[in-house]
Amino acid sequence: MSGAGPPEPARRVRVTSPRRGAARRGPARPVTTEIDEQTGLGEVYMAALMRAQLRLSVSVLVAAAVLLATLPVLFLVIPATREVRIWLVPLPWLLLGVLVYPAVALAARYYVRHAEAIERDFTDLVDVGEPDERPVSGP
Amino acid sequence: MNASFGVVAVTLVCVVTLGVGALGLRLSRTTSDFYVASRAVSPRWNASAIGGEYLSAASFLGVAGLVYSLGADMLWFPVGYTMGYLVLLVLVAAPLRRSGAYTLPDFAETRLESMPVRRLCSLLVVSIGWLYLLPQFQGAGIALSAVTGAPSWVGGLIVAVVVIANVVAGGMRSITLVQAMQYWLKLTAISIPVFVLLWLWLRHGAPQPNVPATGLPQERHDWSRPLSGFGGRDHPVYAMYSTLLALCFGTMGLPHVVVRFYTNPDGRAARQTTLVVVGLLGLFYVFTPVYGVLGRVYLPSLPQGVSADSVVLMLPTAISPGVLGELLSALLAGGAFAAFLSTASGLTISVAGVLNQDLLHPWISARTGGDSVAVQGFRVAAVGAVLVPYAVSQLSVSVGLADSVGLAFAVAASTFCPLLVLGVWWRGLSTAGAATGLVTGGLLAMSAVLVTVAGGVRGGWVGALLAQPAAWTVPIAFLVTVMVSLATPSRIPKGTARTMVRLHTPEDLALNRSPG
Repeated sequence: MSGAGPPEPARRVRVTSPRRGAARRGPARPVTTEIDEQTGLGEVYMAALMRAQLRLSVSVLVAAAVLLATLPVLFLVIPATREVRIWLVPLPWLLLGVLVYPAVALAARYYVRHAEAIERDFTDLVDVGEPDERPVSGP
Repeated sequence: MNASFGVVAVTLVCVVTLGVGALGLRLSRTTSDFYVASRAVSPRWNASAIGGEYLSAASFLGVAGLVYSLGADMLWFPVGYTMGYLVLLVLVAAPLRRSGAYTLPDFAETRLESMPVRRLCSLLVVSIGWLYLLPQFQGAGIALSAVTGAPSWVGGLIVAVVVIANVVAGGMRSITLVQAMQYWLKLTAISIPVFVLLWLWLRHGAPQPNVPATGLPQERHDWSRPLSGFGGRDHPVYAMYSTLLALCFGTMGLPHVVVRFYTNPDGRAARQTTLVVVGLLGLFYVFTPVYGVLGRVYLPSLPQGVSADSVVLMLPTAISPGVLGELLSALLAGGAFAAFLSTASGLTISVAGVLNQDLLHPWISARTGGDSVAVQGFRVAAVGAVLVPYAVSQLSVSVGLADSVGLAFAVAASTFCPLLVLGVWWRGLSTAGAATGLVTGGLLAMSAVLVTVAGGVRGGWVGALLAQPAAWTVPIAFLVTVMVSLATPSRIPKGTARTMVRLHTPEDLALNRSPG
């Protein structure tokens, strides 16, 4: 395999390129294997997933709790809010009887979207190491 | 009152329920069909079914009854019923489905790898289920008496018979269909009269609620104002927060709610289902308090011995005596019966499933040595699951419908909530911790319930603490579970890491999810 002078360095570059690719592809062993075998690395991935999900859950709950818990405080501290009427309906009745439901539904939708995004990111991260999905060639 | 419309409506609901149930009969052949409808139910069907199953006597009649008798603070009940699903969604919905278990005891066994904890959970499922079935039978009695004048034991008996027939014949596949239909039936039944009644009310010049003097101090008898302590409840602020806590954290521990999550194909679908449920419940609960308010306008005082829970059914004829009022009243009676039937069916399925799996099935197979009797055992268990609470409902002192459902929530929040939340999110949960937490929370909440139902302590701080126990029993149960778990690290289940993978990773990833 001896060729002409000028192309020689170019061929040497091609020899190094798979190694760069390998480094970009992540670990040689798929992450799923790390998780399955419960190695330290697998545990790190799992802990990260659970932490992200729990952080999302807790923030949605805290936001909902703060909003709900402030309503009675509002009624207690500013008694005038109990007397306000909007189109015959007293404000507390409007808030607790009607407006609270769309708010809860919005919170639920926010949670579902973000929880699914976290799972997508996790799948992308973990699936990179899958042998059958590894790019065969390319830059 | 002309009883015939009401009789027709109630009969129609029962017949349709049985008919739709029979449709699903052919489809349920194996045990798996019976328990979880083969997990082939789409999120929308599932959400309607959850809504249909969840909206019980407490929602259909009880909320209006509470608003009528106790005023603005009672609006927190429907808010709590809906919030419970938000809490369930963000804390346990997807992991619960991914655990792959049929029932709460199954979850406990998967997560904690312990038969004693499983048995404890079975005991709690049956207790909570029966506690929750009581008001369904009482409500049916109230509803049937209100529209037909029948004695109160008849309504409960009709519900018991229809539920047994349906569950024994069809199992859960048919129940999913029935439940989904029930939601839309209930929504129609509660909403159409609201529009008609509000229109009549506006034509009458929109009269304001009329609250007769109760002899209480002035500031304590403002019915329409929140936190006024109207109706003579002591410590309304504590009672409100404690009730809200029980409803928010108890929903995830209700046996008939949890079993619904196993009919989702995967964790993602479980979340989508719950999201739809939150919307469906909100839609329903906008209508219920209207009956309480209009009740205050048109029925300033109820006849002696009539429960406030029947205000929904009495209102249409009070506003519009004659055929229109009677038709609306019949529609509401039909919807109320749909509520009793669907909730009682769901509870019966769960209680029967647990009775069968953990009590009857081991007992029968020990004698016959075969697996083929599983379905037969389920049927026997279903009959027992209905008859025991029906019998008790004929004896027990009647607490308000929504109140007694609230007590079931308090027990669920004090027992299954710590188990589920810590089981899903905390690797340090030990078998000993879970068991101690269940026993502590269960004993505390149950004693408070028993004292309250037996009419023990009323009024004062002690009465308030016992009537709404969740605010202290739930934190104590969590604390005990965590402390004992920390003290017994050797009792942390061996397969915890693998179980966590199963609970939290999306199903499309090729991971080892097998137990052990």
